[in-house]
Amino acid sequence: MNEQQPRLLVLGAGTAGTMVANHVRRRLPHWQVTVVAPTDVHDYQPGYLFIPFGMNSPEQIRRSAAAQLHDGVTVVTGEVDLVDADGQAVQLVDGTRLDYDRLVIATGTTPRPDQTPGMEGPHWHREVGEFYTREGAIALRDQLATFEGGRLVMHTCELPIKCPVAPLEFTFLADDWLRQHGLRDRTELVFVTPLDGAFTKPVAARELGHALEERGIVVETDFMVESVDGERRVLTSYDEREVPFDLLVTVPVNMGADFVGRSGLGDELNYVTVDKHTLQFAPRPGAAPHPEIFAVGDAANLPTSKAGSVAHFSVEVLVGNLVDLDRGRPMSHSFDGHANCFVESGHGKALLLDFNYETEPLTGTFPLAGVGPLQLLKESRLNHLSKLAFRHVYWNALLPGRPLGLPSAMSMAGKHPE
Amino acid sequence: MPTTTINGQQVEVNDEGFLVDPSVWNEELGAELARLIGITMTDAHWAPIRFLREDYAVMGETPTLRRVQTQTAIPVRDLFGLFPGKPAKKMAYVAGLPKPKGCV
Ligand SMILES: Cc1cc2nc3c(=O)[nH]c(=O)nc-3n(C[C@H](O)[C@H](O)[C@H](O)COP(=O)(O)OP(=O)(O)OC[C@H]3O[C@@H](n4cnc5c(N)ncnc54)[C@H](O)[C@@H]3O)c2cc1C
Repeated sequence: MNEQQPRLLVLGAGTAGTMVANHVRRRLPHWQVTVVAPTDVHDYQPGYLFIPFGMNSPEQIRRSAAAQLHDGVTVVTGEVDLVDADGQAVQLVDGTRLDYDRLVIATGTTPRPDQTPGMEGPHWHREVGEFYTREGAIALRDQLATFEGGRLVMHTCELPIKCPVAPLEFTFLADDWLRQHGLRDRTELVFVTPLDGAFTKPVAARELGHALEERGIVVETDFMVESVDGERRVLTSYDEREVPFDLLVTVPVNMGADFVGRSGLGDELNYVTVDKHTLQFAPRPGAAPHPEIFAVGDAANLPTSKAGSVAHFSVEVLVGNLVDLDRGRPMSHSFDGHANCFVESGHGKALLLDFNYETEPLTGTFPLAGVGPLQLLKESRLNHLSKLAFRHVYWNALLPGRPLGLPSAMSMAGKHPE
Repeated sequence: MPTTTINGQQVEVNDEGFLVDPSVWNEELGAELARLIGITMTDAHWAPIRFLREDYAVMGETPTLRRVQTQTAIPVRDLFGLFPGKPAKKMAYVAGLPKPKGCV
């Protein structure tokens, strides 16, 4: 390692990669920080949810990726092809080779419609829609504009997915939108999930299950999709159940970047295997350790939600540990799996979930400096306004690394354990 | 933890009936666990169950359906045929392993 100017290479310039680069640039100014990004696009992904309902315009959520990075951070445009972990270098698709002393993988997770037979047929982005990409969200907005009622099916293929509450939020917002457009009576709204309930954790599953029931939404559980037939407009499961639809909104299988698998750093879904507390690469049994490699955000196989809040909290822990290592100390920061997610419930309201590896989402209040007590697991207008305000916070405070007054470790204050 | 007698063997199970200690498992016990959920074990059933046991011994966690499919080339569809409804959960139960890690 170059003792004077260690080289940090960050793969990906999304939520986590941008924050890592900016924090390290400030806290370890003697380091050389390089970020690899395939394009100069940085989307505020939570905004995708609002595009189909006209609550955000596609322009509002897109900015330049390079402009979010502090001066002094080098940006290399390119797509990662392979990590040569033994050689401590990264190979880009165009053949460029980048050497590193420390590597942070922050390439996120991507929807992969190619993983489900029939999904990408001629009906893709038409009767078979999605909102996990900007193009998909725009196409879905156009589909809804001509929707005249029928069966509207919200479907999730397989977990984990990023923002696991987004399918619920879409369903609640669709219910509200259909009412406003006088179409709710003519629409059967169906929620199809591979889980055995509305959410992954019991208390939240119960509360959110009630919310679906109150709105007359039909729930189809334990549904593992085998194929999509756009022509006949049916979803078929492995155990031969069929769900017909007029408009399908699906969340395709989410997978980490293919280079992670090719480089021998990932699991079956190409998520980098890491120590869930330190974020350091943890090889699977029999594979070689590479203590100079780390992964944060959606790219890591952390057993918590894949969410922007997790990216944020895990970056703070990771950077703390990089500073420790720079000072010759053992890593002293430990990530607890803290996730904090607003769930839009329609009618201008939202719920808030706050949890970590050990504690499932509970009811209660959430103390947030400057914003005040928010209701946990209960619908409120303030939660909704906080969610809308977050887009501004994202660009102006979160990415540049300004303090938000949100501690990275979860707190039990205000929570009601059952 | 409740204790129960399966096949004349005293074993500890959790509130969902999963074995607490995977090391007390043997194939006779597995066949009996299968019978309790209405499954008669055949060679086709044993193939994924044996893989689950071997994989757990190395990796320290119960493999997901996706991992079973990629590592054994048994299609997910067949796993649904062998262990109807909830193959991931049922296979873990028969193999005496913890339920696959809850998705988050
Ligand atoms: C519809 C939707 C709604 C959401 N709502 C919320 C919400 O309300 N709250 C919340 O907390 N989170 C939400 N999220 C999740 C949140 O957006 C992600 O968890 C967060 O962006 C993760 O950050 P990341 O840096 O790990 O990944 P990303 O921000 O996705 O960044 C990954 C980056 O890596 C790049 N990359 C990928 N492959 C390569 C390669 N081979 N070479 C080079 N670069 C590569 C990509 O181009 C991308 O820029 C939502 C997501 C979606 C899709």
